[in-house]
Amino acid sequence: MSRPSADAEVVLETRGLVKHFPITRGIVFKTKVGAVRAVDGIDLQLRRGETLGVVGESGCGKSTLAKLLVGLEKPTAGSINVRGQDMPRLSGAALRRARRNIQMVMQDPYTSLNPRMTVGDIIGEPFDIHPEVAPRGERKRRVQELLDLVGLNPEHINRYPHQFSGGQRQRIGIARALALRPEIIVCDEPVSALDVSIQAQVINLLESLQDELGLSYIFIAHDLSVVRHIADRVAVMYLGKIVEIGTEDQIYDSPTHPYTQALLSAVPVPDPTLRGQRDQIVLEGDVPSPANPPSGCRFRTRCWKAQEICAEQEPALTAREKSAHPSACHFAEERNVVHAVE
Amino acid sequence: MTDIKAEIDVLPGLDSSARLLEVEDLRVEFRTPAGVARAINGVNLHLDPGETLAILGESGCGKSVTAQAIMGILDSPPGFITGGAIRYRGVDLLKLPEEQRRKVRANHIAMIFQDALSALNPVFSVGFQLGELFRVHRGMSRQDAKRRAIELLDMVKIPAARQRINDYPHQFSGGMRQRVMIAMALALDPKVLIADEPTTALDVTVQAQIMNLLAELQRERNMGLILITHDMGVVADVADRISVMYAGKVVEEAPVLDIYARPAHPYTKALLESIPRLDLKGQKLNVIKGLPPNLTRIPAGCPFNPRCAYTRDVCRADPPPPQYDVAPGRTARCHFWTEVAGNEPAVS
Repeated sequence: MSRPSADAEVVLETRGLVKHFPITRGIVFKTKVGAVRAVDGIDLQLRRGETLGVVGESGCGKSTLAKLLVGLEKPTAGSINVRGQDMPRLSGAALRRARRNIQMVMQDPYTSLNPRMTVGDIIGEPFDIHPEVAPRGERKRRVQELLDLVGLNPEHINRYPHQFSGGQRQRIGIARALALRPEIIVCDEPVSALDVSIQAQVINLLESLQDELGLSYIFIAHDLSVVRHIADRVAVMYLGKIVEIGTEDQIYDSPTHPYTQALLSAVPVPDPTLRGQRDQIVLEGDVPSPANPPSGCRFRTRCWKAQEICAEQEPALTAREKSAHPSACHFAEERNVVHAVE
Repeated sequence: MTDIKAEIDVLPGLDSSARLLEVEDLRVEFRTPAGVARAINGVNLHLDPGETLAILGESGCGKSVTAQAIMGILDSPPGFITGGAIRYRGVDLLKLPEEQRRKVRANHIAMIFQDALSALNPVFSVGFQLGELFRVHRGMSRQDAKRRAIELLDMVKIPAARQRINDYPHQFSGGMRQRVMIAMALALDPKVLIADEPTTALDVTVQAQIMNLLAELQRERNMGLILITHDMGVVADVADRISVMYAGKVVEEAPVLDIYARPAHPYTKALLESIPRLDLKGQKLNVIKGLPPNLTRIPAGCPFNPRCAYTRDVCRADPPPPQYDVAPGRTARCHFWTEVAGNEPAVS
């Protein structure tokens, strides 16, 4: 896999991206009594041909981030810049045109395909909304090209989703995302619903499509092993914020945020000879509610390094004395918990 | 209480010198409108006290059906046990009347499920559901049962157990719910615990907590644990022995160190090469071509032959490969196991 260079052009940039879901009380007169801070200030950049992995546990806001990026949710604040255009400010024809550039692959291939539509209609539907991409007469040929591209038989254009297996259905979802020739694809847990022997097929397909078409991926997953395999850079999220971001090697080999360290150390490694030798950090308790996050550093309630300053002052996501890459911890310090081998 | 316990322990033919659990040539089929799905086609397993046996396989390989058959909770119809034996300390559970089978569940063999939210009753408090076990199986009073329920929640390390006893399942987080499930399964001190994908729905940090808790409780009680999972990482951390299932058969059985170092069945080998690993850089993923078979039309010969890299004519012909002895305590159902195991270790 070729690594994109650091000076490749930026295709996607978010600044201060925020999404709060209101909590209301009352039926007739709804009053806002609070907010779930699902995404709370995210800055990230994605370069051409690059894969940015986003990892975190359930409830950390990674799926909300995906929805914001493709415009399925409107941000409460902040900007999403795709090729010089601020997506949340666009409307009408300009928004439709801009949306072509950023498409999404959903998690569950069983529910994200309409069971009453044929595969040809599912993959061709984007052309109904964006007719200028493929003229009516050419659509069937385009759909068959797309089927071929994702490794499905182009003759199966008239079949229905239930006639395909889980892995094949995910390929259909990928073909649909590719239909409008986007530059950016947001993949939200694209392989977590698949069996292990099928996962590798879909991961390899995503990689070869990236090389072939020069795509940029935002790859959202909870499986840290899959993300290590596919991502160039990795962002770790906790309670709506990025706590650490860096290249794959920086995050996996020299993580500096305690949460990243705990997360990595909890991943079981399929090698029984390492049993009992791994540096396992078991966190106490559960993730706090995003409606009422802790003051200061949000991880402090589960952190073994927490001191007074952590409750008073929120640590910024910047490079620090003992962290070459951005880490949002006052006491950031390298600790190799994975001990990777070549 | 002790005499009630003693009365329950008496199962006709119970022989404490016999093996804790032994499954022999188990066969299960599902009779559906679309045809007969042969979910389990001759499974052999055994389990000793204090031991952890992992059953590894993908969806549809029959691992959960095996567990349901052992527990006696198979949906019938459409599921039918068409052959074999399940012996607990020498007693064939399949020949027991339902009344006695009920006493085996929870008292001797218990199970925890993947999705704790749907396995717990949403309209009763956790304390009531835990206490019910003691009231029904042990004839305890409401008050005593509640006291025991609090002890159980303490045992699985739920903070402030006394306050949380009246909470409902939806008030607990995913990890806490799974702890409640474990408490419920272990309430009557079973000798065998079957855990069906206990941590699949949980985040990794919570998964680590739950697996540590299970290991601790198993050690304390010298319980036999059957862990059903598709996660080869979890297996490597906790299992003593592994049975790999494919299309309703155990295709390979081996001690955990051997199977990871030198898989003897092509399916095991391919699986190990196809999973991304956290501790490997620039790893190339091997792909297993094709799909798991449709259980109503299992291929003739070796069920893995259409996807296998070692397939030759003999693999496509009946009878399917027998269970070859690879080493003491180690078997593989592959004609070419020497070739498979002889190659360089799949995971170095």
